[in-house]
Amino acid sequence: MKTRTLIGVAALALCAGAQAQKSTADGIAEYRKMLEDGNPAELFEAKGEALWSQKRGPKNASLERCDLGLGPGVVKGAFVTLPRWFADTQKVQDLESRLVSCMATLQGFDAAEIVKTPFGRGEMANVTALATWIAAESRGMRFNLPQSHAQERITYEVGKRAFFYRGGTHDFSCASCHGDEGKRIRLQELPNLTRNPGDGIGFAAWPAYRVSNGQMWSMQLRLNDCFRQQRFPYPGFGSDVTIALATYMGVNAKGAESIAPAIKR
Amino acid sequence: MADPMRIRAQAAGDKTTVRVLMSHEMETGQRKDSAGKVIPAWFIQEVTATHNGKTVLTADWGPSISKNPFLQFVVKGAKAGDKIAITWVDNKGDKRTDEATVS
Amino acid sequence: MNRIRLLLSAVAAMALLAACATSPSPAELDARAAAAIKSSFRDQGIAKTDRLNQDLGQAACSSDKVPDEATADRIMAEALYTVKWPAGGQFLGDWRAGEKLAQDGRGMTWTDSSADPNANGGNCYNCHQIDKKEISYGTIGPSLWNYGKNRGIDDLASPAFAPIAQYTWVKLWNSKAYAACSNMPRFGHMKLLDQNQIRHLMALLLDPASPVNR
Repeated sequence: MKTRTLIGVAALALCAGAQAQKSTADGIAEYRKMLEDGNPAELFEAKGEALWSQKRGPKNASLERCDLGLGPGVVKGAFVTLPRWFADTQKVQDLESRLVSCMATLQGFDAAEIVKTPFGRGEMANVTALATWIAAESRGMRFNLPQSHAQERITYEVGKRAFFYRGGTHDFSCASCHGDEGKRIRLQELPNLTRNPGDGIGFAAWPAYRVSNGQMWSMQLRLNDCFRQQRFPYPGFGSDVTIALATYMGVNAKGAESIAPAIKR
Repeated sequence: MADPMRIRAQAAGDKTTVRVLMSHEMETGQRKDSAGKVIPAWFIQEVTATHNGKTVLTADWGPSISKNPFLQFVVKGAKAGDKIAITWVDNKGDKRTDEATVS
Repeated sequence: MNRIRLLLSAVAAMALLAACATSPSPAELDARAAAAIKSSFRDQGIAKTDRLNQDLGQAACSSDKVPDEATADRIMAEALYTVKWPAGGQFLGDWRAGEKLAQDGRGMTWTDSSADPNANGGNCYNCHQIDKKEISYGTIGPSLWNYGKNRGIDDLASPAFAPIAQYTWVKLWNSKAYAACSNMPRFGHMKLLDQNQIRHLMALLLDPASPVNR
């Protein structure tokens, strides 16, 4: 894929003339379409599906009784309703923090240990695989996060404030890049996340497999790397800010079709 | 043992399109880790596809093939219910075989 | 009739109270957000949690509403005051070094090992078009193609040069001097780049020999 990327970029660089800008963007869109066939995210889906029903952990139990918001064991349709309020934990939770809760409660894993584990390693890699499969089970469905509970509404408002929070050495906020229409960084288009950016865009496009580094990225990892690029300090996995931002984006994306797990360059 | 491959084989008339997604790091041997040490080459060298036990495709691969490679090919004369098996062998001698039924 | 009215208003009052109990005021929501931000981050590498402490400008620009005129004026005045002029009045460096810096987006993240400006790039092409030969440019900021040429700087002896050089230096040193909520980082004031590096960027934009002005 590294070779393919190089060839793709070289071919694009050869485009010249006044139309260069349009054909570059078209070329990249074409390249992205080519990548969609055989999305390696499927490897992670398969892994996640197996992990869901496998008896694991100190309690030697599966995750089949895990409640993702639509009742114990209901997976189809759950992804497009998260984050949401959970009565048993008394918290608004996103998919990944909810999986950690279930892995702890049902299987006896140490939640704090999982949260500390870097992305791509150990049980954190399993959380990503599970999230990939659970997202796949809602593919094509439209986002419809509940805002019926007061805490869900409060979390949305907190997320909105976090979205506009200027900080770090570069004075960046999420809004610096994602608060306007039709902007891009280099040649990467930036969705406006203060509203519904459209089907399969922004919140509706993660988890996604990133070809450039061969990694499966969940929303928690996507947010983590956003903050890194914003020159912020390190956001805790499943921390309040990450849940609030996901709620803000998810509610804004109401009605948008989920294409997760997607593929990115 | 490595993660399983995802194989889909779909018949359309006389032609069956087989799509395979393989889980493999495919290290070229050119990259260095953060300490500056070369990450050893680790890539699939041979791929074999069989249709009901008969070899229909062999491929010799090298380090230019991407991580988690995707392979697609067409088999003539396969019909629903037939077995397609894919085997890969890498430069460390690891191998993996997975099977799918033509639908 | 009066008893019914009394009952209705009592019910209404209770509903209002219940509503108050469940929907916090904007100020309360601000406090919740501040608490969430404070508790959600940790130090990592060179990126410490003190980076979350906001100065006047950052705080005033942290919403979808622009700050009021008085606040905006104050932010811009304070920003202008921070500007340090180049040693010896030498505004320009080497445009070739400037192009390299403009292409480089590295620095100051938690995966960067040093906060030294010499480890940092200017990040410029991420947001701006600069040299037309570079097709991979962003659109968060305006195009800087022909920056010096468009401002009448055909040679460095031109009378147009001095005021434009000063304006551009201020913009690079502390962008908030001219736009209180500018999206552009404050390269000099936040010690992202040093004087020499900013001189190189100045040359990229203003030197008539720079490809940007050809």
